[in-house]
Amino acid sequence: MYDIKGYYDAETVSEATALLAENPNLKLIAGGTDVLIKLHGGQLEGAELLGLRKIKSLEHIRVADDGTIVIGAMATFSTVFNNPILRELIPILTEAAISMGGPQIRNIATIGGNVCNGATSADSASSLFALNAQLKLQAKNGERLVPIREFYLGPGKVALNPGEILTEILIAPEDYKGFGGQYIKFSMREAMDIATLGVAVVCKVQSGNFAEVRIGLGVAGPTPLRCLEAEEYAKGKKISSETLAEIGKLAVKSAKARTSWRASKEYREHLVEELTQRALKIAVVNAGGAELV
Amino acid sequence: MFKRIAFTVNGKAYNFEVDVRESLLDVLRNHLGFTGAKQGCSVGECGACSVLIDGTPYDTCIYLAVWADGKEIRTIEGVAAKNGELSDVQKAFVEEGAVQCGFCTPGLVLTTTAMAESGKEFTQDEVKRELSGHLCRCTGYQNILKAAEKSLEGHVCTCVDSPHYKG
Repeated sequence: MYDIKGYYDAETVSEATALLAENPNLKLIAGGTDVLIKLHGGQLEGAELLGLRKIKSLEHIRVADDGTIVIGAMATFSTVFNNPILRELIPILTEAAISMGGPQIRNIATIGGNVCNGATSADSASSLFALNAQLKLQAKNGERLVPIREFYLGPGKVALNPGEILTEILIAPEDYKGFGGQYIKFSMREAMDIATLGVAVVCKVQSGNFAEVRIGLGVAGPTPLRCLEAEEYAKGKKISSETLAEIGKLAVKSAKARTSWRASKEYREHLVEELTQRALKIAVVNAGGAELV
Repeated sequence: MFKRIAFTVNGKAYNFEVDVRESLLDVLRNHLGFTGAKQGCSVGECGACSVLIDGTPYDTCIYLAVWADGKEIRTIEGVAAKNGELSDVQKAFVEEGAVQCGFCTPGLVLTTTAMAESGKEFTQDEVKRELSGHLCRCTGYQNILKAAEKSLEGHVCTCVDSPHYKG
């Protein structure tokens, strides 16, 4: 049996924020694929859980009138992968979603839980970083928007204040329209494995040049991260093997890879340099550019 | 702490209080006797505890019992007909020799059943992907894949390398 002291269900967001305000010790649980594992392993003890599973309004995925993509935090990875809108507009997120865990895990694990768990290996994170996602955090007395880059503070640490709940993940039209992207997950197995490295890139192409490039990396540091130096360098550069090679090298500079039992620092850095280039090559084609041979 | 929940297992309705600390697997095995769902890894890696909840496969070791409120649950005990006749999926597993020690079989049969009943078309790669949440340490998977493809006869398409491909 799990070491659970109490379990409460909220049926609406306002009910959940009210319960949280009353009892700040409540631990939020969405799909449970991280929280229950921590309880099982003893990293979390005597938890009082607030279940969000009954809040159906948080499962919706839609495009707002201004073109902003709105993903409810309780949308499962299966829902994200099977959503026709996301598949068309931001396939780097749906590809990341299908790479996570196995089918039974994807059927219950939520994208909001994945983000709030704060893991650098979160499969959705590199794509959400590359897409400049914004997170809507709701508390009893108001809400705020936080860019995902400011949300990850350290391993397992996120900028969720006591009393707050992540309700929606937003992607603005200027961050995805006209972009082509590619996601690569590097892992030892093709299913049920944690990434050795996750790379998500998006780019905009203009007459053979990079108009804009954004690179999100997972497991390349204590938190997911962006390769700002490489992105800055790429702006306006001709799309060529030389440019890509330089982008790969600069991407390594932003990475803060370390040695773990999954891979050494050196190997991870090699992966960053190589996979960034491979992902960009495909992203260029997806953005309407010419294939680089 | 206890909570009253109502749900059905294999068509039979239940309504009782569960301890909030229990997983659905605990309830199915220890209170209701559905021991076809196996306890393997306990952390959602192996798929031995999988059952269908409202027709979708879930790992019950990491599914809190309280979440089962209002759900329709199907375990391996509810797959064969009442008179004991095996389902087409079960027959395919027997015919293809897809069962060795049997520990992973309930989960694999249930996931395959969900695929067969979905009426969807699958490529061979998709069949593999859908079964990837079940670990089998005996068979090497080939016979399991054959059994799954046989169960989906007519729904596994465009896979030239499939033994069941009809060109």
